[in-house]
Amino acid sequence: MIKKEMIAMLLAGGQGSRLGLLTANICKPAIAFGGKYRIIDFPLSNCINSGVDTVGVLTQYRHLRLNSHIGIGIPWDLDRNHGGVTLLPPYEKNGSSDWYTGTANAVYQNLEYIEKYNPEYVLILGGDHIYKMDYEVMLDFHKSKGAAATIACMHVPWEEASRFGVVIADSTGNISEFEEKPQNPSSNLASMGIYIFKWDVLREALVTLKDQPGCDFGKHIIPYVQEKTHSCYAYDFNGYWKDVGTLGSYWQANMELLDIVPDFNLYEEFWKIYTNNDIIKPQYFGEDAHIDKCIIGDGAEINGTVESSVIGAGAVIEKGAEVRNSIVMQNSVIGSGTKLDKAIIAESVKIGSNCVIGTGDYAVNVYNPKVYAFDLATIADNSVIPDGIIIGRNTAVSGETVLSDYMDGELPAGHVIIKAGDM
Amino acid sequence: MRAIGIVLAGGTSNRMGLLARKRAVAAMPVAGSYRCIDFVLSNMFNSHIQRVAVCTQYNARSLNQHLNSSKWWDFGRKQGGLYILPPTVTMDNNSWYRGTADAIYQNIEFVNESHEPYVIIASGDCVYKADFNKMLESHIQNKADITVAYTNLKAGQDDPTRFGVLTMDENKRIRGFEEKPVVTNNMTINAGIYIFRRRLLLELLERADSESRFDLVQDIIVRYRETKRIFGYELHGYWNNIATMDSYYKTNMDFLNRDVRDYFFGDYAGIYSKVEDQPPAKYNPGASMKNALVSSGCIVNGTVENSLLFRKVYVGNGCVVRNSIIMNDVYISDNTVIENCIVESKATLRPNSTYQGEDGSVRIVVEENERYS
Repeated sequence: MIKKEMIAMLLAGGQGSRLGLLTANICKPAIAFGGKYRIIDFPLSNCINSGVDTVGVLTQYRHLRLNSHIGIGIPWDLDRNHGGVTLLPPYEKNGSSDWYTGTANAVYQNLEYIEKYNPEYVLILGGDHIYKMDYEVMLDFHKSKGAAATIACMHVPWEEASRFGVVIADSTGNISEFEEKPQNPSSNLASMGIYIFKWDVLREALVTLKDQPGCDFGKHIIPYVQEKTHSCYAYDFNGYWKDVGTLGSYWQANMELLDIVPDFNLYEEFWKIYTNNDIIKPQYFGEDAHIDKCIIGDGAEINGTVESSVIGAGAVIEKGAEVRNSIVMQNSVIGSGTKLDKAIIAESVKIGSNCVIGTGDYAVNVYNPKVYAFDLATIADNSVIPDGIIIGRNTAVSGETVLSDYMDGELPAGHVIIKAGDM
Repeated sequence: MRAIGIVLAGGTSNRMGLLARKRAVAAMPVAGSYRCIDFVLSNMFNSHIQRVAVCTQYNARSLNQHLNSSKWWDFGRKQGGLYILPPTVTMDNNSWYRGTADAIYQNIEFVNESHEPYVIIASGDCVYKADFNKMLESHIQNKADITVAYTNLKAGQDDPTRFGVLTMDENKRIRGFEEKPVVTNNMTINAGIYIFRRRLLLELLERADSESRFDLVQDIIVRYRETKRIFGYELHGYWNNIATMDSYYKTNMDFLNRDVRDYFFGDYAGIYSKVEDQPPAKYNPGASMKNALVSSGCIVNGTVENSLLFRKVYVGNGCVVRNSIIMNDVYISDNTVIENCIVESKATLRPNSTYQGEDGSVRIVVEENERYS
């Protein structure tokens, strides 16, 4: 019988609604990052680099692009005769057929998948963080403690601790208490949403809590296991780990790659990040290119100015265009004379000439002030913006817009135009 | 598909100078992200040829490393596959490939055991895009025994005396074929792609071997040009052979030209290569790029003009790179100036040095210094 010591379950079903229009057509793990990658490349590469060669990817929300990105897992060497990567969408059952109602519920509905590999340990991962981590070292810690569950944690600044689930642990790492997004946190050790369970412990918890609505690892499974075993340990992770769950943090994480020696270094030979490249041709700089501090993906063509920006594969920056402090994802075209500042341009967007995007004064977004903040202008994938349009800050556009969609050729700060996508 | 493919990739060229020391010509890096053999393999794949063999001999390590999986060209199929055929010692044979015909003859089982009626033989050291199906159609239409692709060299493109030059009658039947003439003003040259009926190829190879003849061009095509129906097929579009230093340099520089890039990379039938998983290129303050082609994994702090940077090149602060080709994994330390050079892969250039090719000639730079001292 096949036996794997540890297999991974990667939770990639969420929409990531705080990324606004970026997830209008694709799920969060499939969003482009760093000029070449998609967010899910990081946990998948960590898996194979850690020797975890069996990964179940739980998908639900708009998974077409994720599915075609992962395929049979060739780029990550996860095309295996035994194990490898398997996409696990919800499926119809006799009697009750449910969507995945929560993170733990999704795993519960795939007990059969896990049992096929008869693992000792199960690693639970999210699909929405940028980091490099050796899960094998975490497993060694888990084994040395004889833990029922181990939670990867890291120290975050105290003022940010209230955004996370924090744990209170003794010097051996044994966790005594959890606080979920506490107002007055009594610890700054935040859970990273990465868990290793003994499989029999997890299995028992999943089965016992199977009728729990919206069954979730952080809210239900971990407290249950803690209550029952008092053997949950915090694994202290020191390294770069970035949540890219909001437009602001997504933009920030991209910009951090531009530092001369970035905290998160993609250029090390050790611990490579793999991805599915469909564009491999080299990038080209024209006679009028002007660049300063940027990262540019394969096959891009730069004829204008690019400063402090991340440009995706196959993107075209036409002559006279000026791109600053922005993210332009793959295959998008920025027309001649167009100026971008603090803009996030998703994939395959066409922006006409002489537009100005990301300009003017601050205004609160009228549509969803929590999502469209950070002074960013966000353009969803496959959008079209006609020539000469002016778009302010804290704005969002999706769909093929025409001149008449704009008031006097302008989208004022804080406004949105949504012509396509799930919003 | 009605044909199998054979790529001749065993050759070297003494006109490549120092560049030939590391690898066979077919493994030469081209256009930043590719190797020369990618072009013929992609042409084969795009023409739906499923069984492709690559004959290797001269310094094949680099080539083998590149061909470590057939995935990159999508050949790894149950019906078909990519076969690497180096010379082997058998009960009947213990010699190297003594020529191109011998290379195929020594692997005659590969040809014999196929079921496809035709064989396409192509050299691995040319950069071009071709639909072999069209060539095959012309072969069938002409009721040809053999079809040879040819191209018309433009003035100044390359030296015709290093190729075979051919003359044809009005039906494109080849009447004259002179291999590497001493002097010629005929610019119609053999492009190194041949179609044979498989049965005929088997027969001709057997006969050539029994007569101790080993060269595909000299001993089969030239020798049988009267008695067999051998036709020419014009290859339209870009074609270059990279087997001299000058033509290697020129071919690479051609990719700075937008039309050439669009021709190879723009349309549907693409060029595929081994994926190297390098991060995207990074430009730090001080970088200035003009008319430059850059591959993934590069980090640039200096000035690059009219040049190609292959994968994972580091250009230090204050460096100037002009009219040059910097091959994979080269480290250029601060304030170094490089003009009219080809820098061999994995070189480490010391700071404050100057490398300049003489006017009109390209200098090859091979520097094996300690990188991190």
